[in-house]
Amino acid sequence: MSRRQIIVIAVVLLAACALPFVVSNYRTFQFTLALVYAIALLGLNMLTGYNGQISLGHGAFYAIGAYTAAILMDKYGVPYWATIPVAAAVCLVAGFLFGLPALRLEGLYLALATFALAVSLPALLKYHHLEHWTGGVQGIVILKPDPPFDLPINADQWLYFFTLAVTLLMFVLAWNILRGRMGRAMVAIRDQHVAAEAMGVHTAMVKSMTFGVSAMYTGVAGALGAIAIQFVAPDSFNIFVSIVFLVGIVIGGIASISGAIYGALFIQFVPNIADAISKAAPWAIFGIFLLGFVYLSPMGVAGAVRMAVARLTRKAQNQAAKP
Amino acid sequence: MDEFLRQVLAGLATGGIYASLALALVMIYQATHLVNFAQGELAMFATYFAWSLIDAGVPYWPAFLLTVAFAFVLGVLIERVIIRPVENAPVLAVVVVFIALLVILNSVAGWIYSYTIKTFPSPFPEEPIFGKYITSHEGGAIGVTMVVLLLLYLFFRFTPLGLAMRAAAQNPDSARLVGIRVGWMLALGWGLAAAVGGVAGMMVAPIVFLDPNMMGGVLLYAFAAALVGGIDNPAGAVFGGFLVGVLENLLGAFVIGNELKLAVALVLIIGVLVVKPSGFFGKVLVTRV
Amino acid sequence: MAALLQVSGLHASYGPTRVLHGIDFAMDEGTITTLLGANGAGKTTTLRALCGMVKTQGEVKFDGERIDGKPTENIVRKGIAHVPDGRGTFVNVTTEENLRLGAYTRKDRHAVESDLERVYGYFPRLKERREQQAGTLSGGEQQMLAVSRALMLRPRLMLLDEPSFGLAPLIVQELFEILRTVNEKEKVSMLVVEQNAAMALELADHAYVIETGRVVLSGTAAEIKSNDAVRRSYLGY
Repeated sequence: MSRRQIIVIAVVLLAACALPFVVSNYRTFQFTLALVYAIALLGLNMLTGYNGQISLGHGAFYAIGAYTAAILMDKYGVPYWATIPVAAAVCLVAGFLFGLPALRLEGLYLALATFALAVSLPALLKYHHLEHWTGGVQGIVILKPDPPFDLPINADQWLYFFTLAVTLLMFVLAWNILRGRMGRAMVAIRDQHVAAEAMGVHTAMVKSMTFGVSAMYTGVAGALGAIAIQFVAPDSFNIFVSIVFLVGIVIGGIASISGAIYGALFIQFVPNIADAISKAAPWAIFGIFLLGFVYLSPMGVAGAVRMAVARLTRKAQNQAAKP
Repeated sequence: MDEFLRQVLAGLATGGIYASLALALVMIYQATHLVNFAQGELAMFATYFAWSLIDAGVPYWPAFLLTVAFAFVLGVLIERVIIRPVENAPVLAVVVVFIALLVILNSVAGWIYSYTIKTFPSPFPEEPIFGKYITSHEGGAIGVTMVVLLLLYLFFRFTPLGLAMRAAAQNPDSARLVGIRVGWMLALGWGLAAAVGGVAGMMVAPIVFLDPNMMGGVLLYAFAAALVGGIDNPAGAVFGGFLVGVLENLLGAFVIGNELKLAVALVLIIGVLVVKPSGFFGKVLVTRV
Repeated sequence: MAALLQVSGLHASYGPTRVLHGIDFAMDEGTITTLLGANGAGKTTTLRALCGMVKTQGEVKFDGERIDGKPTENIVRKGIAHVPDGRGTFVNVTTEENLRLGAYTRKDRHAVESDLERVYGYFPRLKERREQQAGTLSGGEQQMLAVSRALMLRPRLMLLDEPSFGLAPLIVQELFEILRTVNEKEKVSMLVVEQNAAMALELADHAYVIETGRVVLSGTAAEIKSNDAVRRSYLGY
């Protein structure tokens, strides 16, 4: 990692820590959600961007993580921070299990299967035999956690820092995975499936593991989201959640870690601005941006930033080289 | 026994609607090897168009025909303007474009017509005229579906343009060599698919009521139907549609309850994809290494 | 008299790979010309370039009009029929439907019907199999179908890419005789790409030899046949 990159990250982190103290509680809450989305997008990006498996159903893992946290807190009184690792484990397994039959599906067919999962999910969550657990159509309400050790901050600020800490952890983990052997195997499978297999990459294992890890990330995000919003209900987890994640990674940047952050900011804040125009406006904007990015800037914001930085660096180098 | 018959007939009625939408999906798949995720929203949008015509006083059947024409034109435009640039793009780009289309159509409908649920009229009378096991609308829907399917069959089988479209879908290079404008054949295919979808939408709207999200479940059943029949086989899609419709109703009424009916589609889709991707009648696609 | 087909400085590439490096040749109306050369010399690419199926630079004039850079469908409509290598059969429709597709761009329905009968006259075996799925025809029959389909266009120029490929010698003989007949009776000009140099030189009036994307030899069929280098490399004696 270059020195410049480390400085940038340090600056961003400092700003992030200072944030809750300079903006309103509601704004802080919005940024907490942006962090949650960043984790979810990182998960989806690992699967779709780095490993080439298209999922239109990651909302399902988000829902599983959210419901895991809510049920543990509501029915079993588990403290909020303990629900995160449980949600992670549950989704890791669920993702891995889903990844096994998904091995046989490529591209469009996998997209179709995950699409089907996402569309049928709210109906499954409303199933009356599961009502005792899921709270049925009404869902489950949970309480906002209080800051520990009587710290001099309010609940919203504490939740923000808690989420920030988890986000940092998840990002560092992802960075390690992606630049290690697993990451190289993932990309090899995406780019040249057959060659990867011929070179001894255990494609089935890697693909299922990637599904599992990706689901785990989105599940953790779901749990954090449930805690932040204090509420889970079946209709909040429809196909549009999965689509919003897709929007996030396309606009933020496929196969990019920083892209998860750009994408998260986009999907969190654009609806807030667009809502003022009309209820339908946010989605119309998402759709138009999706088309725009596919036709014009397929590498997303992260790609555009990378190119801009490269151009500026070249210019600076040329200037410096001038006699 | 009564209930059984009732469910089967109702299943055939919705099955006809699934068959139409599945056929539209297969038509586009045959020509482009792409799955049109936005097929449902296209149908919904056309149905809203019909609604505005009827709301403005246009009688049902003229509105129906105008809507079919509108849907056709919309389909052609979408293919030429939005799909053509990504014809040869990587899979992810294509999927994103389809999803974008889905989202745009859904939100524009919501913007123009709001999200409140509306009723959509049926051209068939209130009183049951086909016997006691089936409402007039259900019987009529089966009839309309059969007429549309028959017209399509005749078109593709016996007209030169239909032949040219089949040729362009099967072998675009050879089609060009006999002077067929393959690009326009694709656009025509989209137009027909959109028109068929519009008919499906107008037949289903009186049953599920009109709102921007009405086609989500229907689309899922249509996917299941198309996969069961073989995603590249039109006759298979029709068979699959009726099969899924009847299965959905029977399972829902007698086995798993109405809430989990959509899960039937999910299980069928994943089941077919994993166990026998070519469906009952499709060709097995072998990828060359 | 201006040539029917005039090719000057034709370059063609598949993506970044340049395959043709400046082909020049010409054809008069009513003649049969053959393009000879080894595998990979660029013969098939030349035909595809003439039809606008690959990216080209340079000039191609058909009947005095430039056709380079135009889309395939439009070039075909000027009266150029291409019988591609691999035959390009529409396998999922019937034999007769294949033939009717050949006449897709024509408006003269009665003439199309009589052309259909004429083509069945050249190839009676196709008439026997007219309702059969074209994919079930044998290799030789599919080649006849491909040639017939091209004839249904009533072309002025026919491009044939390795028509003898994979066919038994007797069938090739039969086919080439019919080509000769069509050329003489209906004045259809033909550009034939062939690896089977001996048979091609029997059929053709003129010949060009292509090597790695360039024309290296040209002349009448008789001249080329008696050329020592050609005899050794392509005719095997």
